Amino acid sequence: MTKAKNITASRPQLASESDGVSARADVLVIGGGPAGCWAAITAAHNGASVVLVDKGYCGTSGATASAGTGVWYVEPDADARETAIQSREALGGWLVDRRWMHRVLDKTYEQMNRLAEWGYPFPLDSDGKQVRKGVQGPEYMRRMRKQVVRSKVRILDQSPALELLRGKDGEVAGARGVRRQEGDGWTVHAGAVVVASGGCAFLSGGLGCDVLTGDGSLMAAEAGAEFSGMEFSNAYAISPTFATVTKTAFYRFATFYTDDGLLEGAGAQRGRSVIAKALLNGPVYAQLDQAPPTIEGPLRDAQPNFFLPFDREGINPFTQRFPVTLRLEGTVRGTGGLRLTDDRCATTVPGLFAAGDAATRELICGGFTGGGSHNSAWALSSGSWAGEGAAAYAIAKRGARGTGASTGEPIGIAGLNPSGGVDRELTAELVTKAVQDEVHPYDKNYFRTEGALQESLTNLDSLWRRVESGLRGGDGYPPYGEASAAAMLRAREAAAMVAHARWMYNAANERTETRGMHKRADHPQLDPAQQQRRFVGGLAQVWNGLDPERPFSALELAT
Amino acid sequence: MIELVSESRCIKCDVCIRVCPTNVFEHGEDRLPVIKRQDDCQTCFMCEAWCPTDALFVAPQATPVAANSIYRNEDELIKRDLLGSYRREIGWGKGRREQPEVDTRQTLMVSPLGLENRREAAPEQVQYNVGFSVAYSDEGEEADEPLTPSGPESEERAA
Repeated sequence: MTKAKNITASRPQLASESDGVSARADVLVIGGGPAGCWAAITAAHNGASVVLVDKGYCGTSGATASAGTGVWYVEPDADARETAIQSREALGGWLVDRRWMHRVLDKTYEQMNRLAEWGYPFPLDSDGKQVRKGVQGPEYMRRMRKQVVRSKVRILDQSPALELLRGKDGEVAGARGVRRQEGDGWTVHAGAVVVASGGCAFLSGGLGCDVLTGDGSLMAAEAGAEFSGMEFSNAYAISPTFATVTKTAFYRFATFYTDDGLLEGAGAQRGRSVIAKALLNGPVYAQLDQAPPTIEGPLRDAQPNFFLPFDREGINPFTQRFPVTLRLEGTVRGTGGLRLTDDRCATTVPGLFAAGDAATRELICGGFTGGGSHNSAWALSSGSWAGEGAAAYAIAKRGARGTGASTGEPIGIAGLNPSGGVDRELTAELVTKAVQDEVHPYDKNYFRTEGALQESLTNLDSLWRRVESGLRGGDGYPPYGEASAAAMLRAREAAAMVAHARWMYNAANERTETRGMHKRADHPQLDPAQQQRRFVGGLAQVWNGLDPERPFSALELAT
Repeated sequence: MIELVSESRCIKCDVCIRVCPTNVFEHGEDRLPVIKRQDDCQTCFMCEAWCPTDALFVAPQATPVAANSIYRNEDELIKRDLLGSYRREIGWGKGRREQPEVDTRQTLMVSPLGLENRREAAPEQVQYNVGFSVAYSDEGEEADEPLTPSGPESEERAA
């Protein structure tokens, strides 16, 4: 797969249309982060012609590019793998699937080794052997873009997708969106679509996360896709209050303080909820005073961006206290996402595949992950499988025209085509603020209770009705000019965040226990009877229900 | 947020306009990039990293700085060695080390607190691995509250 000669399809051509550009391809990938790149590369190497669209720029966009990340890279040694799997079972609240964990470990090992073949400069250990269990975001994604281009994928940068196209049999047939620097539109007719648009972090200002507003999830839901694990959507990361860099792992060396002195029980791992509670009452400060001075070198080498804000502000985080906050990272570091129905990341909708944070990560993480490691392993594994699945699906549909591209009609509604006429009073900014007021506060989302969840749901349901009936940015499709394209995107993002919040809180309200990252202040214990994944979906009416299949965990293996 | 485009350093290559994930820049006079939509800047530092001539500066704050801030003063930034400092850290740019190919063995001399009890290996190896594993660890490796299974299931598990 590393040889370009395996690429049989040519790079899709763009045709000029009166309202922008159009293309026909076997596979359309929405999102150019790691999951989207691996999907595009794999689809191309499986013979498909591929278009990849990114809201920003494939190579800088998304949570990975601006950060550094560990990778769940474990040597294929039975004991090591077993240990790696076991370490996540309890943490994830026994909702993981051991078979998927093995598959992801295999695929991650394979693809990281491929990255090494492509020349990624992994650091060396003391035996001179490459350490492949982490990557630096900027370098990783710059190289991934290069591979995408080499794979004859057509990339459309600065081209957010706004809505899917649906064929007459209900299958997904491509998508359309705007080119925000040209101020016009794009349409891609495709035989299969991979949604790799990331999770939803509700514009909370975490590093690189403001492009992650759950747009792909809304588009998929309009086509009828379902979600799983959406209650595991309240990941909060520690960050200096004045900056955006969220690298919670380094705070294991921190002592936390309030204006009254030491904050007892606070910690980056166990004890993050102590910080959240304290932040409800006033500022919290941190100082990395438990770190020996010699740790700084490797930390700097691996994650220079962590030190950037401190260096620029002239703060020494090891010797000086600085204010910290917790930033919501929603389903970016939460595990919920589109529900998968087979090993190649198909969803419940024909022709629609999902990968990365947009897809549920429960299969390998259950109800809990932080950042890094498993998330990056999931992105590259699910991306690879989705690319393979989408290529096979589209190629099987190929007709006389040479691609598996189908014809279909755009199906976007909320924020795009309001059902009740345009409500001029309702702006994307207002809607965004209203949804943030329900999902950002620690006393609503970090510590959940039935009363607060139901109050939020009432507000969010009524907000959704207004959005669905009256929200539109710009003058409607196609956009005329850059300002109009930007306004359309803003409105669509706002609608996606409202939909996301409703799925999250519906699932959270039904899960009357504490499991994984989902903390119910009114049900603080884990309830063994609720060891089941929870599905959720719908837009006008949000529904939810239990996965009839029990998670495949250690228990089953033993018997 | 992005605060500075150095007119003297900029070569009008348009890279910043193309790569900004939130589309903050636009062409201004003489095709020089201008910070058109600062409010949309997500302070991800990517434009600064990709700029081939170290002509951009992103202040760490997620809100705009005051007009008289040093972050908007090119001479001050150069004097304090801040212009281009992120690219230097990640090793991008001519003549800079190729990151992340950095051997950190020499920089770690002692085991950090709380991690001494990992399995034994050569001291040098332990030190290196500790530094590496912290740097690249999964954030919040452990759940906030430890989960202790209760009820019939845990008994089955134990059996």
